[in-house]
Amino acid sequence: MKHDRILLAHGGGGALTHELIEKVFAPAFDLGTLEDSAVVEFAGQRLAFTTDSYVVKPYLFPGGDIGKLAVCGTVNDLAVQGAQPLWLSLGMILEEGLPLADLQKIVASIKTTAEEVGVKVVTGDTKVVERGKCEGLYINTAGIGRVVTEQPLGSSQVRPGDTVVVSGLLGEHGVAVMSRREGIAFQTSVVSDCAPLWQLVKTVVDSGAEVHAMRDPTRGGLAATVCDFARVSQVGIRLQETALPVSPAVRGACDLLGLDPLSIANEGKLVVVCRGADAERVVQAMRSVPIGRGAVVVGEVIEKPKGLALLRTAIGGERIIDMPTGEDLPRIC
Amino acid sequence: MGGDPRRDGIAGSGALKTLVPMLDTLARRVGRDVNLMEVCGTHTMTAFRSGLRQLMPKSVHLISGPGCPVCVTDTNYIDAAIALCRRSDVIVATFGDLMRVPGSESSLERERAAGADVRVVYSPTDAVALARENSGKKIVFLGVGFETTAPTVAASIATASKDGLKNFFVLAAHKTMPQALEALLRDQQVKIDGFICPGHVTVITGAAMYRFICEKYRIPCVVGGFEPFDMLKAAEMLLAQIADGRAEVEIEYSRSVNDRGNVAAQKLMAEVFEECDAGWRGIGNIPRSGLTIRAKYAAFDAVPSLGVQFEPARPHPGCRCGDVLRGVITPLDCKLFGKACTPTEPFGPCMVSSEGTCAAYFKYGKRAAA
Amino acid sequence: MCLAVPAKIVELQGTAATISVEGALREVDVSLIEEPRLGDFVLVHAGFAIHKWDQSEVDEWEAIRAGMGLPGVVP
Repeated sequence: MKHDRILLAHGGGGALTHELIEKVFAPAFDLGTLEDSAVVEFAGQRLAFTTDSYVVKPYLFPGGDIGKLAVCGTVNDLAVQGAQPLWLSLGMILEEGLPLADLQKIVASIKTTAEEVGVKVVTGDTKVVERGKCEGLYINTAGIGRVVTEQPLGSSQVRPGDTVVVSGLLGEHGVAVMSRREGIAFQTSVVSDCAPLWQLVKTVVDSGAEVHAMRDPTRGGLAATVCDFARVSQVGIRLQETALPVSPAVRGACDLLGLDPLSIANEGKLVVVCRGADAERVVQAMRSVPIGRGAVVVGEVIEKPKGLALLRTAIGGERIIDMPTGEDLPRIC
Repeated sequence: MGGDPRRDGIAGSGALKTLVPMLDTLARRVGRDVNLMEVCGTHTMTAFRSGLRQLMPKSVHLISGPGCPVCVTDTNYIDAAIALCRRSDVIVATFGDLMRVPGSESSLERERAAGADVRVVYSPTDAVALARENSGKKIVFLGVGFETTAPTVAASIATASKDGLKNFFVLAAHKTMPQALEALLRDQQVKIDGFICPGHVTVITGAAMYRFICEKYRIPCVVGGFEPFDMLKAAEMLLAQIADGRAEVEIEYSRSVNDRGNVAAQKLMAEVFEECDAGWRGIGNIPRSGLTIRAKYAAFDAVPSLGVQFEPARPHPGCRCGDVLRGVITPLDCKLFGKACTPTEPFGPCMVSSEGTCAAYFKYGKRAAA
Repeated sequence: MCLAVPAKIVELQGTAATISVEGALREVDVSLIEEPRLGDFVLVHAGFAIHKWDQSEVDEWEAIRAGMGLPGVVP
């Protein structure tokens, strides 16, 4: 069945999102290799430029809120391109009826997070839509940063022999947010891992390790990230199931609902693909920063099968890690 | 992919390490190719997610049967659910599994995109709660699933009845295992040497239910659990039976399964549901393999209460889900697999269901062209 | 078909129990189980407990999980 309308799954960050970009947006604009931010040259400087929209529901969740998410998400898209975040714009779309107290809480959160990162919100815009036309509020941002890394970074730079490192526990944000969705209702101690990654990235870069690609695995989780890297660089990536860092609480929630931690969103984790010989250096660098204390090697880049991500399972079998389709739907079967 | 995953990767202590060589030994004793069929979508998933087949001897073929309730649900059921969700006074509540299943022209996911009120729930009790919270609407819960799920739906109908709810309905399409297993064995094209029986169905029904298969057809049955270890152990027990020439019901999943099953659940099912004939997608009508809501609870049955009509089922041309479901072909033999039929644009339920054989092949292992 | 997970009863009132799957909490119906008690391990499917494990059965599951390098019960 061909899709003639937008489905929720088109926003999931997985296969359908990619399809949408490839069929609708990429033909119209020169978007390069679709990294988290674009690197542009201006007045002898390399600048990173990104944009994001935040529509998370509910807008206040365990471990954060849409404001904190907006700053972190944008800053992180710059950071993974090796760019120090400098300036943000803030576009707010508010729903008629939104409690002012909630808006103030969110704005305070934006201020605190921006100060923590050292990024300045320099311009903004506000619109109000009728009750029911958005869920509380939506935020759009644009971010500009200065690229500080010399080496080329991106999903096309991944090479056989490289190592894949993640900075900590997977699936925290997605599980925290899902627990508040109607119809699914479960309680969990899991809170969103929403956090800015610039300090972590800088530490990794400053360690002198040869880094080839970095990403914050948001929608679609680590699965989407490694699928992208494998496809764009035309290499194989093999992860070890027993090496994946997943907390018991996240595993429990996934077991209950029939979900896979690999494909659940993270908002404060860094994936680094580095030259194999530098893996230990990257891990130690990450662990020297609080949000990277759980850093571990999770896999390696191999020559074949080209374009596919694989998982070596706990019992010694192997399976393909597929690009998540989009919506995390709990199942009974 | 260097090294032999069967030797290198076997993690942990004792049991798993001895199991794989034991499977090899038994396979040699059996001395011929055998087909072991599992009939539970969750078993299909476990096998694929763990890469289990790579640990099995080459002469032992694990094939997937019609154990995915979503896959065996006919297109016309989805069409009926879609007709309901298009009514402005109806909220359709469903397990996530059904959202992306294609009907003749649309799916619940697409209907939701077009404005219909379709809600994903984790439990039928969530649907009852929706009925309490939305007294101005009719809540229709899509009741699919085998004997594991049917008691939970029966319990929800019983609760709705006790509480006098007037706006809770179930569109029932539950199916039961035993007659389906027999239909498979009578199918000339399907060759089965042993069944890995569905663990959680048997928690409810009790293992004694499978004895007639052993007695009438001389096929061994082992009730298996859902850890990869459980499936390997169940395969070992089946091979041992085949090598010995035995045909018995054995329980691998002994921590959850016994001969009698869950009597309270059985009583509740019998109170709310009665046996009926049912159409299984790709297999056809199997007598006495379905559950329908008893007349006593007609007020909660969407069919009489909401005037639901079932059109005759119209399968897509070229779709071979039926043959895949019966284990006659693998997805690789279907011309549509991986080309016209993919997880993002599925033709049939085997591809769209999270447990469907085609989806499992696509996501976890084999691709047509690779 | 039939995703059912082992879970521990951490609260109990009549036929309504709160179960914990390694910390993920959810209310489930225990009316299909005989004599459920606080601390019991049950198999949960679609919001209902369908079977109760005794300690030897919990131990068996833990041994299987340990054998595969996966966590069992979280203390």
